[in-house]
Amino acid sequence: MMPPPDDNGPHSAAEHGDDRPVPTGGEGQSAVEDPTRVADEPHQFGFPRSVWRAVADRRPPGLPEPRVFRSPLRGPWLTSVFGSVLLLSLPIVFLTGLVDWIAYSPALHQSIPSHVGFLHLPYFTWPTRPAWLFQLSEGLHVGLALILVPVVLAKLWSVMPKLFVWPAARSGADLLERLSIIFLVGGVVFEMVTGILNIQYDYLFGFNFYTAHYFGAWVFMTGFAVHVGLKLPTMVRSLRSRPFVGELRTSRADTRPEPPDPDGLVSPDPAEPTISRRGALAVVGGGSLLVAVLTVGQSIGGVARQTALLIPRGRSYGNGPNDFQINRTAVAASIDPKATGSAWRLVLNGGSAPVQLSRVQLQAMDQHTVELPIACVEGWSSTQQWSGVRLADLARLSGVRSPSKAHVQSLESGGIFSEAWLQSNQVLDPDALLALRVNGVDLSSDHGFPARIVIPAAPGVHCTKWVRSIEFVA
Amino acid sequence: MTRATRAYGAHPLHLLSLVASFALVGYAVSLLGVASLWNHHHWWQSIIVWFFGAVLLHDLFLFPSYALADRSLGAGWRAVSGRTPARPPAVSPVNYLRIPTLASGLLLLMFFPGIIRQGSDSYLRATGLTQTPYLQRWLLVTGVLFAVSALLYAARMVIAGRRRRHLDATADHVDTTIGDATTGGGSRHAP
Repeated sequence: MMPPPDDNGPHSAAEHGDDRPVPTGGEGQSAVEDPTRVADEPHQFGFPRSVWRAVADRRPPGLPEPRVFRSPLRGPWLTSVFGSVLLLSLPIVFLTGLVDWIAYSPALHQSIPSHVGFLHLPYFTWPTRPAWLFQLSEGLHVGLALILVPVVLAKLWSVMPKLFVWPAARSGADLLERLSIIFLVGGVVFEMVTGILNIQYDYLFGFNFYTAHYFGAWVFMTGFAVHVGLKLPTMVRSLRSRPFVGELRTSRADTRPEPPDPDGLVSPDPAEPTISRRGALAVVGGGSLLVAVLTVGQSIGGVARQTALLIPRGRSYGNGPNDFQINRTAVAASIDPKATGSAWRLVLNGGSAPVQLSRVQLQAMDQHTVELPIACVEGWSSTQQWSGVRLADLARLSGVRSPSKAHVQSLESGGIFSEAWLQSNQVLDPDALLALRVNGVDLSSDHGFPARIVIPAAPGVHCTKWVRSIEFVA
Repeated sequence: MTRATRAYGAHPLHLLSLVASFALVGYAVSLLGVASLWNHHHWWQSIIVWFFGAVLLHDLFLFPSYALADRSLGAGWRAVSGRTPARPPAVSPVNYLRIPTLASGLLLLMFFPGIIRQGSDSYLRATGLTQTPYLQRWLLVTGVLFAVSALLYAARMVIAGRRRRHLDATADHVDTTIGDATTGGGSRHAP
């Protein structure tokens, strides 16, 4: 509800002071019935009053009383601190997710889900520069979301009493707002759970991750936008109620509960503080820092990779030039070693006649060496030095000088990423290669021997391995 | 406040924005396809079950579990420190137990698939490796967290012990815990 900023009501100044209602033994109702609920107009019963009143009188047995929530730290200020962090950061997670949907080239029908109606960013051609663009956007999407898990959990903890407030609604407005909270809370938990499982290759959920995660994000963002619209004035007012720096200087011994609030976040029967507010913020921030230290290595790479102890992309495959992250092994892709031997030919289609090239012939062409990241939608990336033939040179050789797009097919049969369509700019970029070697040696079978695609700023799954053919479309 | 506003319970803008949000969610669900929300073969692998199930698990299992564990820790400490004939330690161990527990629990919550080796087939196909190291790594991180906490607690005890002896020597019969910000949990202060 949206009370004007200074709406303290006629009674609140006196009744919000230290003279808090003390819970009495039998009824305990004085603690529940905050005076502002009568004084503030939004807390009156809506139409039809008799129905809402009847609902209020039928408190479900077993519903926890507000008194059971005893933390002296809960209150609008603390909730608003967590809320403001999420207000600034979750939109970044949402937007980077939408940006990465564009990176999959919806114009070439490669973005998943394929039919999103109006629920997408304005279309634009995904660029190839800067080369670290996808590494950054997807690293931010996954990395920031992981770091925010402790903040989301803390925010949920701070508003827990509201879940059990009775009556849950006093009017149609209350009811609708409660329902919209399901989008917000259900959405954020659903997105985090599916995302966290997906980056660990735990497909317990069984449904299509991309589709559920994409539309789930829109459901969450809808709830988020409504919640921000309704609560922003409360958040600003609550943050102003206690100076942040002052709170950071307050020790546990001097920590006092916030004054009772109309939303019922503040405990009616607060316990002695066991930690200060600054301590609680440090615990949550420390949790985020711990997650950051244990995950950023998967995106930064190098020595930092070893710090990503608990996630899949922090590990080493031993020593050597091919020691970097494998996404889908040759065995998993059912690559027949005979098909990648001396009999292998790269087929270039699209010109007047197909062109066939052996690996020896490819090695005899102009070789270029580039340093490019392979960046995955799961948030990890790995920068290596690749050598091979420019895709633009192969296009010219096939007889298509300026292709509008290209279709790359792998020896891998089946699987949605056994083929990829490349945009014109991705084919013609001087750093876009059919790589034959990495870090000075031949590609290993798990990294796509005899040849793989590398394209600056493209999603890793479009850097097709075990390439069989490329069709350049004029 | 108009009668209509009173009947609805909030400003008309509230109603407009909420109806807009329901329409948008309805649009998103229709694009996903209402039929895709439900899995007829395995009900528990339905999108709708996960959407509501995840939040119910948080609200009715995760939150009550950690709240109960924390309350038990506090109550246990108060019970024990109240019974011992000697003076309770100058520094409550509650935070030195609960913070590493919270950190270790957070890591288990987020990274349990590797730790309990769930999804090992897809993990192997994607990476060519097994999930063997994760349980040991998590135990190791947990051990380090508790060890650091123990060291900090020991340091705080030494400092508080010195201060307490100093106060005992200078002022007789003064409740030395007053004003001592390092005491925690159960110690009851005079107001």
